[in-house]
Amino acid sequence: MRIRKLATTAMAGFLLLAASACGGDGGSGDGSTAQSGAPKTLTYWASNQGPSLEADQEILKPELDRFKKETGIEVKVEVVPWADLLNRILAATTSGQGPDVLNIGNTWSASLQATGAFVPFDDALLGKLGGKERFLGPSLAATGAQGQPPAAIPIYGMTYGLMYNKKMFADAGIDGPPKTWDELIESGKKLTKDGKWGLAVEGASVTENAHHAFIFGQQHGADPFDASGKPQFDSDKQVAATKQFLDLMAVHKIVNPSNAEYGNGTQAVQDFTSGKAGMLMWQSIASSAKAAGMGEDEYGVAPIPLPDPAQGGKQVNGMVAGINLAIFKSSKNQDAAVEFAKFMTSKQTQQNLNKAYGSLPTVNDGYDDPAFQTEHIKAFQQILATTAAPLPQVPEESQYETLVGTAMNELFADVASGKPVTDAQIKAKLTEANEKMLAGS
Amino acid sequence: MVASTTPRPGARRASGSPEGGPPRSGGGPGRVAALIPVRLRRLGLPYLLILPAIVLELLIHVVPMLVGIWMSFLKLTQFFIRNWSAAPSAGLANYEIAVDFDSAVGGSLLRSFTVTVAFTVLAVGLCWLLGTAAAVLMQGGFRGRGVLRTLFLTPYALPAYAGVITWSFMFQRDSGLVNHILVEQSGLLDERPFWLIGGNSFAALLVTYVWRVWPFAFLVLMAGVQNISGDLYEASAIDGAGWWRQLRSITLPMLRPVNQVVVLVLFLWTFNDFNTPYVLFGRSAPQEADLISIHIYQSSFVTWNFGSGAAMSVLLLLFLLLVTAVYLVATSHRRTRA
Repeated sequence: MRIRKLATTAMAGFLLLAASACGGDGGSGDGSTAQSGAPKTLTYWASNQGPSLEADQEILKPELDRFKKETGIEVKVEVVPWADLLNRILAATTSGQGPDVLNIGNTWSASLQATGAFVPFDDALLGKLGGKERFLGPSLAATGAQGQPPAAIPIYGMTYGLMYNKKMFADAGIDGPPKTWDELIESGKKLTKDGKWGLAVEGASVTENAHHAFIFGQQHGADPFDASGKPQFDSDKQVAATKQFLDLMAVHKIVNPSNAEYGNGTQAVQDFTSGKAGMLMWQSIASSAKAAGMGEDEYGVAPIPLPDPAQGGKQVNGMVAGINLAIFKSSKNQDAAVEFAKFMTSKQTQQNLNKAYGSLPTVNDGYDDPAFQTEHIKAFQQILATTAAPLPQVPEESQYETLVGTAMNELFADVASGKPVTDAQIKAKLTEANEKMLAGS
Repeated sequence: MVASTTPRPGARRASGSPEGGPPRSGGGPGRVAALIPVRLRRLGLPYLLILPAIVLELLIHVVPMLVGIWMSFLKLTQFFIRNWSAAPSAGLANYEIAVDFDSAVGGSLLRSFTVTVAFTVLAVGLCWLLGTAAAVLMQGGFRGRGVLRTLFLTPYALPAYAGVITWSFMFQRDSGLVNHILVEQSGLLDERPFWLIGGNSFAALLVTYVWRVWPFAFLVLMAGVQNISGDLYEASAIDGAGWWRQLRSITLPMLRPVNQVVVLVLFLWTFNDFNTPYVLFGRSAPQEADLISIHIYQSSFVTWNFGSGAAMSVLLLLFLLLVTAVYLVATSHRRTRA
């Protein structure tokens, strides 16, 4: 009796499976046809750029209202935290059930491009946005694999800088921002006292850790992938770079061990804006500083110290960071989505939003506003234009970020709990990441 | 099926049909024809009644499971996730990677499996122990019993996310309540320990999980305890049995069928638990608290190879099926012998 029932169940299961598989095939075809008419609503996943998800909603709201007034299209926005964004995008790609338009970290462009989930911005489409020439070179380079039309268009330009608290520096008797790595450590040691720390890091953030691994790796001359595209995460140079970063907490003790717990992308910034830490290596923090009541003149932006040219490596102290906007192929509102992309890259919106976030406009005509001539913005601009390197635009990039970032999380956890972390241990962790990368491809 | 169409007198008794079956007219060619309407009347209605349940069961459980099995034989990488049917077959490659314990992928899967086994044994044991203790202690009527019972059930009634995120705040190193009590209030520890990273994360996860799930054991065992007839306790009291003796000789043996179900359900839930570590630790669970469900989820997203994740899930499913089968056979056997 039981056996028969099992057999029937299994049989019915197979039939349904066959039916659903067919349904899946048929469904993917009609996604890209645009539907016209009637009041339109777009769904938009925005990345978390401000101090909180709510703050982002508030910053975006006036712009989206303006968009509705101009075009009659309503935009339903959801701000997705960084820790979830990539997984959410993947799930949406797999199921075909996602938003119409979304923000992506620009380093993921090539990876997500490979899924074919996004509408490619070919010359015709870019023409509608004012042409390729409108966009900034470095930002446009981080939109997908070379030789292919961009999978997404840049909307906020960013890179890493070293923020420092001017008052804390003055109190500790430090003249200005550190110019070399040794000076950074020395300043950090002077700042570390009375429950305050030299530097804040986001030790449990996969994304931040991966970016720092990349930047310091470049300084040591390490590339995540070799010329043939093979991963080489565990090169000796990369081990040295990782150690240099971890030692800020492990050896020099200028980073609060508690930072190894920070992972949601806002805690290290809060430590800096609340004066618990004197320095921060971060992308723009303008909106967070404003929300915390920290005036723009209270902190400075300097380049992260470059390595001594004599020791080799590359003169890199930032990465080409930023946010790109992509359109899902499965969106039923292609026309409205293009309209929205046009709006987000328009001069007015670019100026308003980049001003609010303290990021850089990604279109050349956005810079005629005096708001982008400030000291901070100019410092970021200078770094982005001269000493920032783009992360490799290869399909495996986001796996690289996740694997190496996770390895760094674990290493930070070891450091924080007082375990000695040696070159061999770092190497072993990175080798594990490398093997996982190879097993997945 | 086979047993019921061969109406040998001995077979019927062996199949143990409780209602004894209809009286069957003996011999002759009309026997089979006469049998059908009776069988239809007897069997048709129940099947009709459970049909919606079967359809939903298929849709919600069986079909996704079969799709998962199918995925595990595909090389389902980022290049194919939009259109699965185009993904090339991987044969057994996904399984080979998962069970090659010398490789990074298989090795971390094995480590996660070990952690999960230890976690499950401790969590199920603690939940059962707390549930039984509370159920037995609240057997007799006393003032405030209703309030206490409600209080005990609160963690179970709270949405999992709300409960666990509160724990994650309490476990933070610098601003968490746990360290505030341990270090500042009581002075038990000099140094603030980490709870959300490193070795202590296992304990943090265990505490949070047991807090969240033990009310289930309590609820079911309480119902079981209340079903035990008061006569038994009275009779044993007359024979001079104390509280401890009553617990060992009446309460626990009478709870055995309930325990059998509770422990099995707890085991399956715990082994598969995803919500607690995901909410507690976020995107990357520390290795010491890397439960297998979250490990599989993370490793599919890490490499974007969903076929490999599916293969690991199938292995997990097989393991759970095996344990369940062995458990059911072992416990039923003991019960029939008792």
